Amino acid sequence: MEPLTQVDGLVAPLDRSNVDTDAIIPKQFLKSIHRTGFGPNLFDEWRYLDEGQPGQDCSQRPVNPDFVLNQPRYEGASILLARENFGCGSSREHAPWALAGYGFRVLIAPSFADIFYNNCSKNGLLALTLPASTVQALFEATWAQEGFRLAVDLPEQAVTTPTGERHHFDIDPHRKHMLVEGLDEIGLTLEHADEIRAYEAQRRAVTPWLFSDLDPA
Amino acid sequence: MGGKTLYDKLWDAHAVRDNGDGTALLYIDRQLVHEVTSPQAFEGLRLADRPLWRVAANLAVVDHNVPTTGRDQGIADPISALQVETLNRNCREYGITQFGLLDRRQGIVHIIGPEQGATQPGMTVVCGDSHTSTHGALGALAFGIGTSEVEHALATQTVVQSRSKRMLIRVDGQTGPGVTAKDIMLAIIGKIGTAGGTGYAVEYGGEAIRALSMAGRMTICNMSIEAGARCGMVAVDDTTIEYLRDRPYSPKGELWDQAEAYWRTLVSDDDAEFDRVVTLDAARIKPQVSWGTSPEMVAAVDGVVPDPAQEPDETRREGMQRALDYMGLEPGTPIREIRPEKIFIGSCTNSRIEDLRAAAQVLRGKRIARGIREAMVVPGSGLVKWQAEQEGLDQIFKDAGFEWRDAGCSMCLGMNPDRLSAGERCASTSNRNFEGRQGAGGRTHLVSPEMAAAAAVAGHFVDVRELEH
Repeated sequence: MEPLTQVDGLVAPLDRSNVDTDAIIPKQFLKSIHRTGFGPNLFDEWRYLDEGQPGQDCSQRPVNPDFVLNQPRYEGASILLARENFGCGSSREHAPWALAGYGFRVLIAPSFADIFYNNCSKNGLLALTLPASTVQALFEATWAQEGFRLAVDLPEQAVTTPTGERHHFDIDPHRKHMLVEGLDEIGLTLEHADEIRAYEAQRRAVTPWLFSDLDPA
Repeated sequence: MGGKTLYDKLWDAHAVRDNGDGTALLYIDRQLVHEVTSPQAFEGLRLADRPLWRVAANLAVVDHNVPTTGRDQGIADPISALQVETLNRNCREYGITQFGLLDRRQGIVHIIGPEQGATQPGMTVVCGDSHTSTHGALGALAFGIGTSEVEHALATQTVVQSRSKRMLIRVDGQTGPGVTAKDIMLAIIGKIGTAGGTGYAVEYGGEAIRALSMAGRMTICNMSIEAGARCGMVAVDDTTIEYLRDRPYSPKGELWDQAEAYWRTLVSDDDAEFDRVVTLDAARIKPQVSWGTSPEMVAAVDGVVPDPAQEPDETRREGMQRALDYMGLEPGTPIREIRPEKIFIGSCTNSRIEDLRAAAQVLRGKRIARGIREAMVVPGSGLVKWQAEQEGLDQIFKDAGFEWRDAGCSMCLGMNPDRLSAGERCASTSNRNFEGRQGAGGRTHLVSPEMAAAAAVAGHFVDVRELEH
């Protein structure tokens, strides 16, 4: 996973609460067996006027001019500003894959849904929360000023506006460490393989039925 | 120090190590695997040349993509077929037990786990699917994970987790006739909101929950995620124990006795403390119908579509207005005047034999209304379908004008050919009414199986309690 430390990027505002992962990446694209290639279908039903199909060349599709990401001023945005409970619903990791594939590195919202929040940090995508009033102020600044950028510093846990206004954000140390270092979590866990084996041996003695084979049924 | 909640007992029994950074390694007893969220996990294992930690902890099934008709001819959509074939290949290669497309035990992953006794009280259960919370009905710690975590669990038999806060949702008293587990859950979500449970592990308790069958408890726990909670659970009691007896993968003989004794400890202690307690009065809950594009947008069947103008919060007001525009509804419209064109009875929320019996009871000797273009029943598993046929339920559905399908996720999310067209309105027993969920532009109203059947007969939503049997 690519390490994430500082991101200085253009901000795109998505002014809807409870954006669900079905909206982030609709079901037909979940048939892929790969981790990449979801970017062109991010927010597919909002972004295009036709119904998207997997494997289609999206450059030929009619775009919805009213959808925020289709406005030229937000082209190349790497920071998505969103409302509360972003990423609710399905656990599909295709949602962060699509957001990262589109080019987003940072998501800012007052709150995120739990599973989505976890999935982001496994994919080098920083989902950070700021108070609703701060997010509201950032929405207003983004609307008011074309080319509005933010500087996000993960080691410092700070979001800084062009005028130097600095907003601190909280993130748990584990998530921060994984993101900053771009670590392989499985590799880290396997360093504790002996502890997992010891746990299994102890559990096997207490609850042996949990270790029965499934076959034959 | 007070007693422990059920959640704390389950957590403490599975914490392998404290990582010292606010997270712990949590041991996973059972991982359920399906075709949509696993291919990239297996690919990751292969790239890193990592074996499975404990093969027998995994059970796989195809459900999301599978057709519900003409199965013997295979899967017509080549992309779906490749995904299903990829799971088959991964299971063969890694030696994972899998119920294939033509296996009579095949079905929706959250139906077959409990049905086979493969998910049990006291287990930690994960699956790359947010409705994994279903298995919490057995007194298990069960939650949905992303594909990276699927890979992590396959490779290490653990996931990295932070301990959640604890919420008790207590439904006191008794529900009236015609009020089901689905109505209780929709009422809960309507009360606490779609993010109300975020960050919490929810335990459902109270007289009305205790009175539910395991099927009803699974319906409740299933939709925990629709209230924002990754996991929901119900304490073990006689209902749980009787449900598990003689299931194919339930412990047998001495192991059963040992397991039962342990399972009976899986209740919150009387003096356990919760971070939040929410109470509902069961007697006040009426049959529910969702009117919007979030599961919190629900109303009682005798209510009306709400008016966004009455909502003081601007973001919420805009959300309501957008939902009404999408749903093609006007504020103030009586719920009873909403006319669905399609009926879907199925999904991991409501496709167990008890659900089909309840719907059939409403439909017995009746026909679907003229305005209903399509009505389908998709049983949760091949075994549910078989059982229903033994009881003659299939005939009741067919006589009423319903299609009788094979098992799968089907029109809950429309990854297979079963889906809504733009503008079509559906009474659905599934769990999500998001924009486009059942098909691009489709309009979903979430209801119980009884209410879906009643709407099919009346041609509009109707209080099932007023429909003549």
